[in-house]
Amino acid sequence: MKFPVDVPLGMIEPLLIVSGVAIALLLLDLVLPHRRKYISAWVALGGIVWALWRTLAQWGLMERGYAGMVALDSFSTFFNVLFLSSTGVVVLLSHPFLKKDDVEHPEYYSLLLFATAGMMILASGLDLVTLFLGIEVLSIPLYILAGYRRDSDASNEAAMKYFLLGAFASAILLYGIALIYGAVGTTNLVRIADVLANTSGPLPEGLLYAGIALILVGLAFKVAAVPFHMWTPDVYEGAPTPITAFLSAGPKAAAFAAIIRTFFLGFGPVHAEWDAVLSVIAVLTMTVGNVAAIAQTNVKRMLAYSSIAHTGYVLIGVVSGGVVGGTGAVFYLVAYVAMNLGAFAIIVLLEYAGKMGDELKDYAGLGFRYPILGALLSLFMISLSGIPPTVGFVGKLYLFGGAVQSGHILLAVLGVLNSAISVFYYLRLLVLMYMREPQEELPPIRVPVAFVVVLVITAAGTLLAGIFPGTWFEAARDGVRSLFS
Amino acid sequence: MTVAGIPILSLLIFLPLAGAAVVLLMPSARLGAIRWVAFGISALTFLASIPLWTAFDTARRGMQFEERLPWVAGLGITYHLGVDGISALLILMTTFLTAIAILSSFSAITTRVKSYMATLLVLETGMIGVFAALDMVLFYMFWEAVLIPMYLIIGVWGGPRRVYAAVKFILYTVAGSLLMLVAILYLYFSYHAAFGQYTFDLIRLYETPLAGSAQLWLFAAFALAFAIKVPMFPFHTWLPDAHVEAPTAGSVILAGVLLKMGTYGFVRFAMPLFPEATHVFAPWIIALAVIGIIYGALVAMVQRDVKKLVAYSSVSHLGFVMLGLFALNTHGIQGSVLQMVNHGLSTGALFLAVGIIYERRHTREISEFGGLSSVLPWFAALFLIICLSSLGLPGLNGFVGEFLILLGAFQMDTLSSAMASRVVTGIAATGVILAAVYLLWMYERVMFGPITNEKNRGLRDLTPREFWTLAPVIALILWIGVFPNPFLRRLETSSAELMERVNARMIATETFQAPPAPARAAALAPARPAAPSPFPAEARP
Repeated sequence: MKFPVDVPLGMIEPLLIVSGVAIALLLLDLVLPHRRKYISAWVALGGIVWALWRTLAQWGLMERGYAGMVALDSFSTFFNVLFLSSTGVVVLLSHPFLKKDDVEHPEYYSLLLFATAGMMILASGLDLVTLFLGIEVLSIPLYILAGYRRDSDASNEAAMKYFLLGAFASAILLYGIALIYGAVGTTNLVRIADVLANTSGPLPEGLLYAGIALILVGLAFKVAAVPFHMWTPDVYEGAPTPITAFLSAGPKAAAFAAIIRTFFLGFGPVHAEWDAVLSVIAVLTMTVGNVAAIAQTNVKRMLAYSSIAHTGYVLIGVVSGGVVGGTGAVFYLVAYVAMNLGAFAIIVLLEYAGKMGDELKDYAGLGFRYPILGALLSLFMISLSGIPPTVGFVGKLYLFGGAVQSGHILLAVLGVLNSAISVFYYLRLLVLMYMREPQEELPPIRVPVAFVVVLVITAAGTLLAGIFPGTWFEAARDGVRSLFS
Repeated sequence: MTVAGIPILSLLIFLPLAGAAVVLLMPSARLGAIRWVAFGISALTFLASIPLWTAFDTARRGMQFEERLPWVAGLGITYHLGVDGISALLILMTTFLTAIAILSSFSAITTRVKSYMATLLVLETGMIGVFAALDMVLFYMFWEAVLIPMYLIIGVWGGPRRVYAAVKFILYTVAGSLLMLVAILYLYFSYHAAFGQYTFDLIRLYETPLAGSAQLWLFAAFALAFAIKVPMFPFHTWLPDAHVEAPTAGSVILAGVLLKMGTYGFVRFAMPLFPEATHVFAPWIIALAVIGIIYGALVAMVQRDVKKLVAYSSVSHLGFVMLGLFALNTHGIQGSVLQMVNHGLSTGALFLAVGIIYERRHTREISEFGGLSSVLPWFAALFLIICLSSLGLPGLNGFVGEFLILLGAFQMDTLSSAMASRVVTGIAATGVILAAVYLLWMYERVMFGPITNEKNRGLRDLTPREFWTLAPVIALILWIGVFPNPFLRRLETSSAELMERVNARMIATETFQAPPAPARAAALAPARPAAPSPFPAEARP
């Protein structure tokens, strides 16, 4: 068979594996008896490990294919490693959690994998159309997963809200893509950059900037940047907790991968035009996220606002631009995913163990009752607030370093002031865990192996990458450099 | 440099950390064993720090005991440690006070002993790291890493309002230090712009050329972080809360070591990195320092709670240290650094003494006491020496430091006229008198007179353990008071070097005109190498 364009399948091998396993899981549902549904978790995990192995084998390769719509470079490879690892962690978290309530179905894992496939498309999309495709493949499984607990009103509400607003955002994004096409005559990012940089005649500026703005709105919704963040707290609170963990990690990183590629590469030549807007969004996002987080009494809502605040920090890296700013943003995403998944893992574990770990007051006296869990949650909170020797600190060091270097000193100052605000609510958990007496007798917790694995991975990521950040940092820098080559 | 092949500074930093791990692995019920193991580790750390005294070369300029390993090579972050006379003394004080603090909490802390001891040991790692780090990122990591253990010590083992005090402590400190982080990054990129290399190595960053206005901003960012930690008036409001609520050992460490991190920050970072800004800001800092001296003393005088009184006395004493530093001459700096150590010893001992009576009566209200000297004769004697040391009685350590600081302030050229310097010195000297008033008045109300409160009858005098927590501190108080030369000698070269750095770059760039020409010539004079100690042992009054 002869395709009209080049179709290098090897280039998207990990994507094919993930999608293939996702489809296989749907078929598996037909043959698995009810009490053997758990096998699907291990199949999903196997698929992820396989894809991860193939992804690592691609490290350093540089290719473009599918009529220039898809790129394989260190940037996409780096993000694929991040997506696959975070999905693997979520699978491990979900398995005991779902099994306990007897709601473990293969389609759950299948949807997780489809969403992961969407993220991988996003990170390697070299064309606005690919970008849109990635967003949709990512979002539709997420809408379903948010409403996975059909018996829970909150979960239904979360799904509905997420779906309606998400659909709007997708439409706006698509409209923005259309405007860009009208303005420059192409949707390919490389060619857009070319036109913007080299065109001699006048461009339809109105169309162009409106297009950029609408694309920004669509992506800002996905990363939960203010003022497009309204869905976040409700969806985070209502969705099943492992899905909340998933939402806060991979999809956010994927949308940022898309932002970085689109704005650094495609709209790079008109950097000066969107710089100021993005700076304002970054400041608003940090500030609204942190200030609102202070007022929360529910841990999931608090972490929802905290995730908004972290979006703001990453946006500082995007505004700073260049290799330094981009590396800061990318590294911070890794840091954020590691520490945030760790924090959520503990919340999922407490819920699993029968304590409703949702309200802040449930954490009173926990630290001395469960010393290891307490120490780990403290580690994640300390890292989220950016205090050394954790990866959260190193991440902020790079981010604010990029801002200072590119002359955005005010942004860096506002960023650190925001970090100071955030210390207050992150350490409130430490206050509760160590400085208050428990409200009732806390029963001993039996921790399933899956959680142990997750906690070891995330804690090692948070602490070791905080003390020896070299490898990850260099990988992130190679990734960002590959964007510009 | 290493002693007998051992990297002393790394050993000092990681020994307590390893010790904390050992303590955590012990069974929680073995309280006695946990206490003695923790004390053993801190004592061992102190012994390991002795080479910083014995093998220290007082004539050598620059850093000693240096260790340098690449850490994050791509960013120019190194694991660079080293000490000069100033930091060597502060490290010795840290290891000494930590061991004392651990010994003092044997009976005071009865809940969650294991976590408490481990936390104290982790804290020690952070504190030593702050004084030994010569890489800005490494320094910043230790600087912030100190916060969490102290936060826990106040918040978990503190008094009734401990949570409020702990949160206030950490928010104040974090807010200040994060701005310093931005300044560090700016410095890093300025160095790169000038020399084409990325480095966080402090010794190389000293050479960064900076425009006058940039210096002012950077100095302000650093100074804010340090001023909160010192704490200088008006950033001191977290201190009384933290001190009153912290357990005794927490107060000892807080006053003895953590506050010195602030003053040390000025000496090691803010002043030598931004010499021009140092001169511009000096009059303002001196003004705040003098306000702090008087304000702290006056507020201390009216306190009803002994611990709060001691806390405010710290504000006053640290005002002296800041005054001496920004006198910008060798006398002032030598006196200030010595006074940092002195304050650590005497205020640490004051908190120990307050802790001892608190354990007996579970109150610190001055009015609850009276006439204790008849029931606690040993305690009365030691407590008196400590009070006298704190108020600067000649023959004890406090006098040496304060005298040098006032001498330095009298001669300083940082203010517009010599007259102004004299007025400032005069006001500051009043602080010494006020110290005598509040300390002796407190001592009188607590220890002398008839026993008015029946509960005070039949209190037990010092136990041997309590005696041995106070005795070593008092021995040092006497040593420094009678024979300060070994201490001053260790500070001479380092202080002179600091002065050269603060004054030299000033002529190189000529971008400001604060001190008049003759004054500046005089300011350069202290470059004389190894000036004879102004304070020979036999010349004491």
